[in-house]
Amino acid sequence: MTKTLVAVILMAVVTYIPRVFPIALYRRRIESRFFKSFLYYIPFAVLGAMTFPGILDSTSDFYSSLVGIMVALILAYYEQGLMKVALGAVLAVYLCELWF
Amino acid sequence: MKQQSMKKTQLNWSDFNRGIKQGIPIALGYIPVSFTFGLKAVNGGIPVWIAILISLTNLTSAGQFAGAGLIIAGASLFEITLTTFVINIRYMLMSLSLSQKITRMPLYKKCVMAFGITDETFAVASLGKTEVSFAYMMGLITCPYWGWALGTVLGAVTTSLLSEKLQSSMGIALYAMFIALFVPASKKSKAALVVVIVAVSLSSVLKWAPYLNKISSGWSIIIATIIASTIGAVLFPRKEDNFD
Repeated sequence: MTKTLVAVILMAVVTYIPRVFPIALYRRRIESRFFKSFLYYIPFAVLGAMTFPGILDSTSDFYSSLVGIMVALILAYYEQGLMKVALGAVLAVYLCELWF
Repeated sequence: MKQQSMKKTQLNWSDFNRGIKQGIPIALGYIPVSFTFGLKAVNGGIPVWIAILISLTNLTSAGQFAGAGLIIAGASLFEITLTTFVINIRYMLMSLSLSQKITRMPLYKKCVMAFGITDETFAVASLGKTEVSFAYMMGLITCPYWGWALGTVLGAVTTSLLSEKLQSSMGIALYAMFIALFVPASKKSKAALVVVIVAVSLSSVLKWAPYLNKISSGWSIIIATIIASTIGAVLFPRKEDNFD
């Protein structure tokens, strides 16, 4: 139990460190147009890289994941919001796994 | 004049409320994801209160899923810490990116709001068109923080009530939320779309290509992010301080 608690504390520390250091220590405005553009594209890149291919292993069945991806992409394309997209994908995967 | 001087001393409530409003959809999206976390953690043998403590102190998706998995597997403290850290290094890029978009504020405020940087709060704050103030960021992270905790509690106490199929289906919730964040933005900007496609292709290559597939998923995300953003910056350099 003590070990688990220590693990949780260590996890919290190494999660906070990368969040706090750059924003707390880097105070200058970046002037380089290239570097500014680089930072601007980070959210797109990180979200894309985190989603694929991880999403393919996110459920117990590859094909039901594919259906979930399609549903999520369609709902997101029509800007349905985080909750609807998340629940829509879960429901699609669940129905798939019930039927097949 | 009077209003302006008040703005400097008090919490800016209109910014705070704008943050709250934008945070509600994130919080709702978090509930199914943290529900899954609570479920998996407790099913794996982690006590309910520890599962909740993880969510309250870590507030991160991928990192705490991996960390809890390793705790359950009986991994060493070193392995747990290193894996979680590697998965979370991406926050350095987000934190640096956000440092360019925040209003002037004292150090302690930066340290407080940094705790609330997640993939989703960062995406919403940095895709917004205005500068990020302390009040706005605190508003933005309030509901997601408690939503993340609430989902964990519900998942942790529900465990055996849900069928296995439903539990497995919920695994997709986190990723569907990522899709909900980048698809609308990529629809409007060709540059963003190209960056997303490059990042997706690279992280797929890093997962499946021989030799490269030995790289851990945390490092893969970092490598794919850096290369894709660099390509974006080379092909589509941005005009001056334009947050669209």
